[in-house]
Amino acid sequence: MQYQKIVSDFLSNQTERNLYIGQNFIRQLIQKKVAPEEVINIHKYAMEQLYPDLPEYISHSYDFLIEIMVHFGLTLKEHQSLLEQQEELRMEMNVATKIQNMILRTKIPQLKDIDIGMVSIPIRKMNGDYVHFLGDKSHVSVAVTDVVGKGVPAALCMSMVKYGLDTLECSTNAPSHILEVLNRIIEKSVDDSMFVSMFYGTYNVENGKFTYGSAGHEPALYYNSGKETFFDLESKGLLLGVMPEVKYPQYEIQLQDNDFIVMITDGATDFRKQGELDPRDVIKNIALSCRHLPAQEMCEKMYAYLKKLPDFDLEDDFTVVIFKK
Amino acid sequence: MNTKSTVEIITEWDIVAARQLGRNEAKEIGFGAVDQARITTAISELARNIYLYARAGEVAIERISEGGRVGIRITAADKGPGINNIKKVMEDGYSTSGGLGAGLPGVKRLMDTMDIQSSIEKGTIIIIEKWV
Repeated sequence: MQYQKIVSDFLSNQTERNLYIGQNFIRQLIQKKVAPEEVINIHKYAMEQLYPDLPEYISHSYDFLIEIMVHFGLTLKEHQSLLEQQEELRMEMNVATKIQNMILRTKIPQLKDIDIGMVSIPIRKMNGDYVHFLGDKSHVSVAVTDVVGKGVPAALCMSMVKYGLDTLECSTNAPSHILEVLNRIIEKSVDDSMFVSMFYGTYNVENGKFTYGSAGHEPALYYNSGKETFFDLESKGLLLGVMPEVKYPQYEIQLQDNDFIVMITDGATDFRKQGELDPRDVIKNIALSCRHLPAQEMCEKMYAYLKKLPDFDLEDDFTVVIFKK
Repeated sequence: MNTKSTVEIITEWDIVAARQLGRNEAKEIGFGAVDQARITTAISELARNIYLYARAGEVAIERISEGGRVGIRITAADKGPGINNIKKVMEDGYSTSGGLGAGLPGVKRLMDTMDIQSSIEKGTIIIIEKWV
């Protein structure tokens, strides 16, 4: 028997080489799922063959070890079975992620009158941020959402938001109406611990007006190129899903050429304040420095810059959308 | 030769008596050293469960044979609180995470078959078998 020879070699010559051969042999046994108690038994048998005069107390000590190792064997088997279950879950999770990505796939509208860019990076497999574009000949609308909560529950909630938006698509572009209806849907059907923040804006291609409303979302940044100044697009409105029958005000600004709007989720501003520097100021500065670039490149530059900041550890999904006239 | 021996489980030392009975029977039936240890461990776990959770019960051990094969059957019965959710206790990681022992999934692994009947307030019967 192979094991017997390995032990015998080691007993006559205690070299590292012989130990190494022993370890390689054990690796084979592990692959064949041989239990630890079985290994002790193999050892006991080998010893009894090699030394027919083996004292009884040595044999008994192996019996004792076999008895004790039964529990190690059980722990090992349980561990293996849990690993298999984990693998199954991982595979299911991958499929679910693919489905979610398919459901929530967003295409950035390509329009002459307005340049649109977007970057959305999930922290885990499933993105808790979602950007929804919709539009016709005269309007292009965007919903930037962030589910408070992570992982699978957030992803399920997100699908609901998407279907809500899809359903509302044909009826209206008014942000206040859309936020009101979505709030009602989410409040009714989602767990109390789940909230959604949303910034909803719609751009009128014909007159250059941008109408927006917000449900507890990070204010968007509006750059007025004439005044060379940023303005916060603030809007008071409760998070979606907290209370029924909430009213959401909407506001309107007139965009001029070279104006742009930066819409973000709080993952983008979630880095610790660097000294006196406000995260929103950091974003404004980056935006300003690359305002000559197309909207998509601006978004990418912004993510690349923030990622490099020493204090910026992405702990939340990161999303930035830019509308540029 | 199809005798059934029973040990009542009331004190912790009765667990030892059940083990002893099981080991003797397993040896006689012809199980090898490793399987003897496994069968004894399974008996030990079931008897311990009775001692810890049901206060009193019994473990019966018998030889079984079928079509030339021989094996051992252990029946652990108690009148304890019963198992609320059998599926749950058969899940890996459920009972062992609290360090309670091998748990029922472990017992099942040590044996070839396992059958649980339990009803709340009435008690639990667990039958395990292993073939040589």
